[in-house]
Amino acid sequence: MEHYLSLFVRSIFIENMALSFFLGMCTFLAISKKIQAALGLGIAVIVVLVITVPANNLIYTYLLADGALTWTGIEGMENVDLSFLGLLSYIGVIAAIVQIMEMFLDKFVPALYNALGVFLPLITVNCAIMGASLFMVERDYDLAESTVYGLGAGVGWALAIVALAGIREKLKYSDVPVGLQGLGITFITVGLMSLGFMSFGGIDL
Amino acid sequence: MSTKIKDVLFKPVFDENPIALQILGICSALAVTSSLKVSFVMCVALTVVTAFSNMFVSLIRNHIPGSIRIIVQMTIIASLVIVVDQVLKAVAYDISKQLSVFVGLIITNCIVMGRAEAYAMKNPPVASFLDGIGNGLGYSVILLILAFIRELFGAGKLFGFEIFSVVNNGGWYVPNGLLLLPPSAFFLIGLLIWALRAWKKGQAEAPDFKIAPNSSEGEAV
Repeated sequence: MEHYLSLFVRSIFIENMALSFFLGMCTFLAISKKIQAALGLGIAVIVVLVITVPANNLIYTYLLADGALTWTGIEGMENVDLSFLGLLSYIGVIAAIVQIMEMFLDKFVPALYNALGVFLPLITVNCAIMGASLFMVERDYDLAESTVYGLGAGVGWALAIVALAGIREKLKYSDVPVGLQGLGITFITVGLMSLGFMSFGGIDL
Repeated sequence: MSTKIKDVLFKPVFDENPIALQILGICSALAVTSSLKVSFVMCVALTVVTAFSNMFVSLIRNHIPGSIRIIVQMTIIASLVIVVDQVLKAVAYDISKQLSVFVGLIITNCIVMGRAEAYAMKNPPVASFLDGIGNGLGYSVILLILAFIRELFGAGKLFGFEIFSVVNNGGWYVPNGLLLLPPSAFFLIGLLIWALRAWKKGQAEAPDFKIAPNSSEGEAV
């Protein structure tokens, strides 16, 4: 249990997707002007990450990894290594799951669909989603670990984007030098936030 | 070289820089810039992928049905990235280990996708190929400037060779460790955008609110 808790806290604060790995930056900067929108996108990212990371973990363990096809019982399958197909399958899985989720929400939870609607397609090309799956493979997480990691990474990213949106809402009233207006000052704000998040560095449960 | 080709090739470098103006491809741009060698490899990889994905998308642009074009582009890009990833693993294993997941993340890099969608779907193959190279160059310029500053002042080295002799080895330069950490990349890119916009005035964004000229400082906040 402690192991999972530690993994969860680490993925939110210490290894924050947005602030220490720079993942999902494009949407992070583009959709962080309003808290409402940022919150919607953050929740969508959490949901998608919790589903896709374990799904990709299953695909990797049972289809792609070195010797993973042994369970089929077919002769010679122990030597098959399909891990080079990884990138293609992960992005396919992510795109498919986002699409299915969109249809599911549209049919059964229209309220949530209307709230998330615009953001769901954007998520397919969000590097935080793809990055989480790649980190999961690189660090050899098992199914339970990857679920916890997906949740933690999502919560961390959502936390960062909501915090940035809050700062930017206040920031628009301040007198920023002309060339630094907009994108420039946002980068410097994110830098300061990232500096703040580094203070979590020593936490170890 | 006609002016049109030159425009396609060099406009993205300063006038329409993908990172500084179009806000594309920042995702992987910052994480790899703590060392010049690694970011150089990243730049080459990205330029190659953008150029060829643009070319292939443009070659089949008249046969792609509109409704599934994203998934077709995605497949082309993913296949190219797999090729680059395998080549890197075979030729430069150490660097590919350092780049870790960031080579794979070229797939979701918005520059590649954005150029395929915005340029290659409407233009002939050769022009698209050059557009890919141009945008790759625009990305590379920013990345290499960042990596140059971060490695030189953060570790006193360039491409791994010692330029400033560091205090730990009996030299005079006290390296600024912050420059090797993530926040410095944000600060540097913010300042770089400021510099670029001070030079090319047209790129500056208009403020959301103007402070009235006669208000005192207390009122404005």
